[in-house]
Amino acid sequence: MAKMKALICRECGKEYPTEALHVCELCFGPLEVKYNYDEIREAMSRASIEAGPKSLWRYKELLPVEGGPTIGLHAGMTPLVHAKNLGAFLGLDELYIKNDCVNQPTLSFKDRVVAVALTRARELGYETAACASTGNLANSVAAHAAQAGMQCYVFIPGDLEAAKVLGNLIYRPKVVEIEGNYDDVNRLCSEIAGERRWAFVNVNIRPYYAEGSKTLAFEVAEQLGWRAPDQVVVPMASGSLLTKIWKGLKEFQKIGILKDVSTKINGAQAEGCSPIATAYKDGRDFFKPVKPSTIAKSLAIGNPADGYYALKTVAESGGAMDAVTDDEVIEGIKLLAQTEGIFAETAGGVTIGTLRKLVKQGAIKKHDVTVAYITGNGLKTQEAVVDSVGRPFRIPPSLVKFEQTFGQQGGA
Amino acid sequence: MTKLRFHIRFPEEKIPEPVIYQIGHEYQVVTSIRRADVRETTGWMDVEFSGETEEIERAITGLREKGVLVDPIELNVVE
Repeated sequence: MAKMKALICRECGKEYPTEALHVCELCFGPLEVKYNYDEIREAMSRASIEAGPKSLWRYKELLPVEGGPTIGLHAGMTPLVHAKNLGAFLGLDELYIKNDCVNQPTLSFKDRVVAVALTRARELGYETAACASTGNLANSVAAHAAQAGMQCYVFIPGDLEAAKVLGNLIYRPKVVEIEGNYDDVNRLCSEIAGERRWAFVNVNIRPYYAEGSKTLAFEVAEQLGWRAPDQVVVPMASGSLLTKIWKGLKEFQKIGILKDVSTKINGAQAEGCSPIATAYKDGRDFFKPVKPSTIAKSLAIGNPADGYYALKTVAESGGAMDAVTDDEVIEGIKLLAQTEGIFAETAGGVTIGTLRKLVKQGAIKKHDVTVAYITGNGLKTQEAVVDSVGRPFRIPPSLVKFEQTFGQQGGA
Repeated sequence: MTKLRFHIRFPEEKIPEPVIYQIGHEYQVVTSIRRADVRETTGWMDVEFSGETEEIERAITGLREKGVLVDPIELNVVE
């Protein structure tokens, strides 16, 4: 029997074949992958995982592909760093950073979801990959498509910064700038996804794409010595990542890889785009869409597809949510860099800033085994911190001047 | 004949208005509501529009002019 049983509607439970479908025809609810866990339990063990490749494909039994991996062979198995310095600063004994700044090949967690999405897309016979993105997702789809020899279309808003456009063009996809605002881009891309036989990774391939995020849960459990953390802090854009980390931990428990999962799932947003965290704070089970205004652009999704499910996940796990200002985002980036030597993009600043708040509120305690997910590399969002990191010392090429500046023992 | 699916949100002041009924009369489109949650202060509906593509486009513009918010069924797809 196949390990993927069906696609199932998250709302009404209607099942569909495992094809390129993403919306329930009956109630228009989102679809997700349903697995045959009895079969997977037989095929997967700690030993079989440890014998697998040093990539996310070591968990392929719990990923939505029928055959072996064909695209994105090097994604995953990023370091889990015991952050002793940052932990000491925050008053946490067991703080870990899951460092997807160094994920391959494009230095963000998106390489995980795209590896899974395009491997599945190839299985379904697609030759063209597409996405609508302002940053990390576009980079990852374009890079993977280039390596796989697939056609690639990247849709971007017409007013995107030049550096971000370049970051896509280097892989030579067809980059399509759409005149109009963000909402117009959204609507056109949704319509194109319905018209063309393309693997639009976060539209018609989304049920498979989203499953790639589970590997961030699997890896952390394995790297902690086969245990679930007590607390995780996860940045939220669409909210999908947070829900899939929870799903991954529960799946490990379901197939017997983990005995106990009592992880509290905590969500982090920037105040300038915090529809989910605001709903949490207001005690609502629904979010109100917002117009984003934050430097954390990779999290700037004002009408998040999985916002409702993120709220549900946090409630179910007993976690919390909070949001931070742009100044706190920058402070978070600097704090992580200056204590652990990890330069994260703005989403990382959101995570660290929110972690700080949750510790201060007492939601995360000193002895909790806590994992903060850092999902992208700071070299991609240098403009966010360029005015807040100071300037180099400038001196003439003279030993005397150097010693005048730093003193005899300076820098010893 | 085209079928397009949208997520429609109603600001509080628009909740009492029969907006979907009006759109069905003002444009050559057939509307089919599949899921909805309408409360005192907020409301949304997942709706399928059937008709000629241009007419659906006009109906969507009409909806927006009436002050309701229209998104693709997937909500934000730009990541």
